[in-house]
Amino acid sequence: MTILRSLAKIVSIFLFITLSSSIGNQLNAQDGKSLFSQNCASCHAVNKKLTGPALAGVEDRWPDKKNLYAWIKNNQAFLKTGDAYANKLYTEYNKTAMNLFPNLSDKDIDAILAYIKSVPAAGAAPAAGAATAAAPADESDSTLVFGLLTLILAVVALILLQVNSNLKKLSDDKSGIPATEPVPFYRNKAYIAFVAIILFIAGGYMTTVGAMNLGRSKNYQPEQPIYYSHKVHAGVNQINCQYCHTGTYQGKQATLPSVNVCMNCHMAINEYKGEPLVRENGDVVDGTSEIKKLYKYAGFTEGQPWDASKAKPIEWVRIHNLPDHVYFNHAQHVNAGQVACQQCHGEIQKMGEVKQFADLSMGWCVNCHRQTKVQFKDNGFYSIYEKFHADLKSGKIDSTKGITVEKIGGTECQKCHY
Amino acid sequence: MEQNKNWQSFGELNKSEAYNKEVNNEFKEELPFVEDHSGFLQSKAPRRDFLKYLGFSTAAAAVAASCEMPIKKAIPFANKPEDIVPGIADYYATTYVQDGDVVSVIAKVRDGRPIKLEGNSLSPITGGGTSARVQASVLDLYDTARLRFPTIAGKEATFEAVDKAVAAELNGAAVIVTSTITSPSTKAVIAQFLAKHPGSKHVTYDAVSFSGMLLANEASYGKRVIPSYHFEKAKAIVSLSADFLGTWLSPVEFARQYATGKKINEKNPAMSKHIHFETVASLTGSNADEKYLCRPSEIGAIAVALLSAVKGGEIAGVDAKLKAGIEAAAKALTANKGAALVVAGSNDKDVQVIVNAINDAIGANGTTINFGATVNYRQGIDSDFAALVDDMNAGKVNAILFHGANPVYTWPQADKVKSGLAKVKTTISFNGKLDETAAVCKYVLPDHHFLESWGDAEPVTGHISFIQPTIAPLFKTRAFQDSLLLWSGDATEYTNYVKNFWSAKLGGENGWNKTLQEGVINPATPVVSGASINSSAVAAALIAVNASKPSTKIELALYQKVGIGAGQGASNPWLQELPDPVTRATWDNYIIVSPAMAKTLLNIDLNNGGQADAYEVQPPKKVVKLTVEGKSIELPVLIIPGTHPQTVGIAVGYGRAESLGKAVIGTGKNAFPLACLKNGTVNFSCSDVTLTPTGETYPVALTQTHFRYDTTQGNRTEVMKELTLAEFTKNPKVILEEREEEAKPFGGLEKFEAEATIYPVYERPGIKWGMNVDLNACNGCGACVVACNAENNVAIVGKPEVLRGHEMHWLRIDKYFSGDMENPNVVFQPLMCQHCDNAPCENVCPVAATNHSSEGLNQMTYNRCIGTRYCANNCPFKVRRFNWADYTGADSFPDNQRGEVNDVVLNMNDDLTRMVLNPDVTVRSRGVIEKCSFCVQRLQAAKLDAKKESRPMVDSDIKVACQQSCPTNAISFGNANDKHSAITMVREENELRSFHVLEQLHVLPNVTYLAKVRNQSEAEGEKAEAKKA
Repeated sequence: MTILRSLAKIVSIFLFITLSSSIGNQLNAQDGKSLFSQNCASCHAVNKKLTGPALAGVEDRWPDKKNLYAWIKNNQAFLKTGDAYANKLYTEYNKTAMNLFPNLSDKDIDAILAYIKSVPAAGAAPAAGAATAAAPADESDSTLVFGLLTLILAVVALILLQVNSNLKKLSDDKSGIPATEPVPFYRNKAYIAFVAIILFIAGGYMTTVGAMNLGRSKNYQPEQPIYYSHKVHAGVNQINCQYCHTGTYQGKQATLPSVNVCMNCHMAINEYKGEPLVRENGDVVDGTSEIKKLYKYAGFTEGQPWDASKAKPIEWVRIHNLPDHVYFNHAQHVNAGQVACQQCHGEIQKMGEVKQFADLSMGWCVNCHRQTKVQFKDNGFYSIYEKFHADLKSGKIDSTKGITVEKIGGTECQKCHY
Repeated sequence: MEQNKNWQSFGELNKSEAYNKEVNNEFKEELPFVEDHSGFLQSKAPRRDFLKYLGFSTAAAAVAASCEMPIKKAIPFANKPEDIVPGIADYYATTYVQDGDVVSVIAKVRDGRPIKLEGNSLSPITGGGTSARVQASVLDLYDTARLRFPTIAGKEATFEAVDKAVAAELNGAAVIVTSTITSPSTKAVIAQFLAKHPGSKHVTYDAVSFSGMLLANEASYGKRVIPSYHFEKAKAIVSLSADFLGTWLSPVEFARQYATGKKINEKNPAMSKHIHFETVASLTGSNADEKYLCRPSEIGAIAVALLSAVKGGEIAGVDAKLKAGIEAAAKALTANKGAALVVAGSNDKDVQVIVNAINDAIGANGTTINFGATVNYRQGIDSDFAALVDDMNAGKVNAILFHGANPVYTWPQADKVKSGLAKVKTTISFNGKLDETAAVCKYVLPDHHFLESWGDAEPVTGHISFIQPTIAPLFKTRAFQDSLLLWSGDATEYTNYVKNFWSAKLGGENGWNKTLQEGVINPATPVVSGASINSSAVAAALIAVNASKPSTKIELALYQKVGIGAGQGASNPWLQELPDPVTRATWDNYIIVSPAMAKTLLNIDLNNGGQADAYEVQPPKKVVKLTVEGKSIELPVLIIPGTHPQTVGIAVGYGRAESLGKAVIGTGKNAFPLACLKNGTVNFSCSDVTLTPTGETYPVALTQTHFRYDTTQGNRTEVMKELTLAEFTKNPKVILEEREEEAKPFGGLEKFEAEATIYPVYERPGIKWGMNVDLNACNGCGACVVACNAENNVAIVGKPEVLRGHEMHWLRIDKYFSGDMENPNVVFQPLMCQHCDNAPCENVCPVAATNHSSEGLNQMTYNRCIGTRYCANNCPFKVRRFNWADYTGADSFPDNQRGEVNDVVLNMNDDLTRMVLNPDVTVRSRGVIEKCSFCVQRLQAAKLDAKKESRPMVDSDIKVACQQSCPTNAISFGNANDKHSAITMVREENELRSFHVLEQLHVLPNVTYLAKVRNQSEAEGEKAEAKKA
């Protein structure tokens, strides 16, 4: 069964890879997404007016792409050219100056535009997640089919065995061999042994699986002191993950935001007017009263100036727990490895209360380390692997496979255990 | 070079029966299995019991595991400070100060807790070096025995209440008694206090003072100062029993300077010559090129003779052996005029005056001795304090304030101090712990630990090192200076006082901030200058010294240990468990005697294998009662080669009050009362000592014979290579040729790796970690051992466990002797996991818990280890350590430490003490093996830093803990695949001296050593050989 399952996974991953590479700009959109969230998301959403206009269909509004590049890179300079549309926009949005982005290359901007294009109008899921989401469904279907098949075959085998023994008895009668006392099948030693072995293997398998799951808490979704919805913040409002989880890029811990970070926005945002918030069990949550809970922690009374020193920390329930003997560093993965948050945390932008997405088992870690490529060419650190660079060039190493984390020692014990 | 000329123990020297038995035995101790031949079912633990236990443990594990997962909280800051990122360490420059000792350090602060001190390389004095005591001082911050609030007559009080009571009482003259204060601002505060209370005075009291030297310099040069020394400029160094690498004045500074002269350039091998006159084996004596044994009372005569010799005169008044030594010393000194130095450890003014005259004669004054920059490490004058004690007893003292000083413990006539204090109305102590003096004071206002304090220090004139807090005070403590300021009517807080004091001099706020960040101010270019000597003082001193005849009876020399000092380290478990470099003993003090005296006093003939075994194999040592001038002390005896036959030694600093913490309980006895006052200064040696065996024994936790290895494949002494400078200059390739010879059957050293094994050769793309240890630079001080403790959460096991050979140090410093048993040469060799590329431990692990990384690390995975100890057994270097008990409290079962570990170890598991743990390193639980990891947490961090900046890793990214702490830069570390890294350079530049330990085993270590070269002429080397034969 496990073999089949991993086969199914491999097939689905393969499908995913071929699908995504066939669409070409899909990958581009992936880069664009992170660029978008790093640079644009604090003022723009794709389908919603924020500080700046909604960006859906922006390319249609700017017929000359060169102008668009110039505008994005240095809007102040572009305004001075006297472009009518630009000046109209500027006045429409209360003459709020847009940030300058001299660092963005045309390619970067293309990637951002590609991403904007890839976002469907209703704010529905981006295509990337679809393939992975489809995979588990396939899996359970085939399990059922194979189970049924096994059952049917087992029954057929049993009947055939009975027929065989009856036939043997008939032939024995014919050739005059004295018949032994017939043994009912439930007292037949062969059957008993067979059943015992099956039970032993099945029981052993279940015990092992059960034991391996001890201490793991996939799908753990505790109730938090405040109903904080990632869907509202990261999904609908497109707030960059690192706006709150500031340690992600530098440190071991991603870190939870302190109360003053929450209050940066919630000083002004004091009621929830979005779509109704519903817990998984169907309870409806009043967003505004949850914001009031935050005010209680912050020691903030509406209408009065806030004294940050009165704030008390919020005691969140920790969801992702690693054992003490595991060293995990966010910066290593997110900064050096350029891994997206969703890779380990699931589609966090769609979660109400956060649920543990991965089982955080060693097998899960190691699998990813075996498959994921490191930023071999982009990160200067890897320049010391001269041999691998040469092998890549000469084709000795398959460049589609690339240099995986495993290849540079990422599955060795003391990479995580020390 | 002849094999096996080195030895570690007397048994090994004699190839005794017990030695052979022990080294061939698989396990050091008997296995806890009872042999039982009564049949399977009748035996004590039959099959049914086994099944019961099996069933119970399975059920217990199942129940324990199926309990609900505990709910953990993640609590962020309420308001996050901008520059703090949880999980990322911050580094603050500060200064280790203790009783006049000053070392500039960088404190690593992780999530608000200082967890490790590293040397500040911006300080030209220490150059980033530290000592064992500096490394251990971070643990003192989390000492459970620290005073947590001020007290009046032993009862808790508030600072306000104390201030009120003191203000009422403090209305006349007061005396402030402190250990040496190096802080200019504190001196200003004290001056302010003295001005406010007319008639008051400040007495500086050092437990082990430099009064003799201060007074001698006053007599010789008219200045009561100590000059700075430049061992690095000296080509000839003569030490008259001054332990300048261990405990004398500023050992971190001197160790660094000394090593400069000892490191060898292979192309042009030359090194300084160090001749040492030794009374009791010391760290410095062990490192000397030539060592001559003398009595403490002979030091004066030696100084006189040496003075005469360097002036070309006759050598008189000493025996033939010493005469040879003095001749050699004089020859070396005069040959290197202007690059020579003589130092003396004596606290006798006259001896120091003569030493000044010698230094003047050999041109040291103004070259290797610099009066242009005087040092402030020790300022106390013993006679000042003696006068104060008399005043107290005469009832002339109204109020007395103690800071740092602890005379009730350290003054030779402690009873007089106590009786005097009883007559003082107001007694105040600012000591951070309830030490012997604080215990008899009425008011106790604990001061902060230095890691909680603001402050400054001026170790050498012009060099300022700043102290800034790295954590908010843990307890209700207050800076000593704050109290003084308050009581002198100044409302300024000391924090602001220091800031104002320096801001003006440093160009305002910005200058102050920048200086704080760097931690030190260094003078532009230090000018070396001498001082003119007053020759009439020399004549008087000569008369005085010649008048005192050396004794002919047994003498006693009191000395300080590297870790314990004058008792400051006694309550620190890391320092107590650090094997003393000289004796390799832990947790005790004892009487050191020579092998010759052992024969006469204890009837132990160490040349007789059986008797050597009786002494060596069992930990209990014979106890001897030592009596001097009516005072006596009973201590066990250790036989240490390199001690004068008629001299015995005892370390001070032990036998402290139990209120100082669990670590002092049952460890040693106080030897300070044996010292005596001579001509107004404290003399730490006594003549006419009687020794009488008591017939009792006392176990001493000695580590010298632990982790032995001697099989047909190789033995322990082979891991070390030593030769004389003469041998090395004659044939620089001697070591290389020896290695070539060994590798010959496999086609030479080049092909050795591939041809001498059935295993394939693995490629190591990217990084290959490597370490190099220069045995010439290493002096065995032990800073690295404690640094490793701190960095890697290495457990303290306590004396009973050390007795069983269970100590956990990942890095140990082996001590080897060679030559004459009475006066041998000594080599120190730091030995840690060698990270063998063909590691014998890896092949034998049944669960692959130890295996090799592509970067050349021998990895140890604790969570996989099942504790078979096959690896430890198969390790030829015996560097793997097993957690025999739950030393760290890491197991889930709370009660399983009871009866297994002692109170000291339990105290290390206190919530407060555990704050010192490094969160990046797993705390190991019972039943697993651990060992040096090359500080893998630092390696990983260094790689990540480079990746974050998208650049290749460079040397400055990574310093392992032992390397960082080393005052002599004996350890190099880095990526051996990088052609420009320091490790590659040092291996290339020292090709002739480098060797791998036990190379013939083809374990392919990633650690290289550079052979120890001793600056002896060939003849002397041969002489030593001949004597042994």
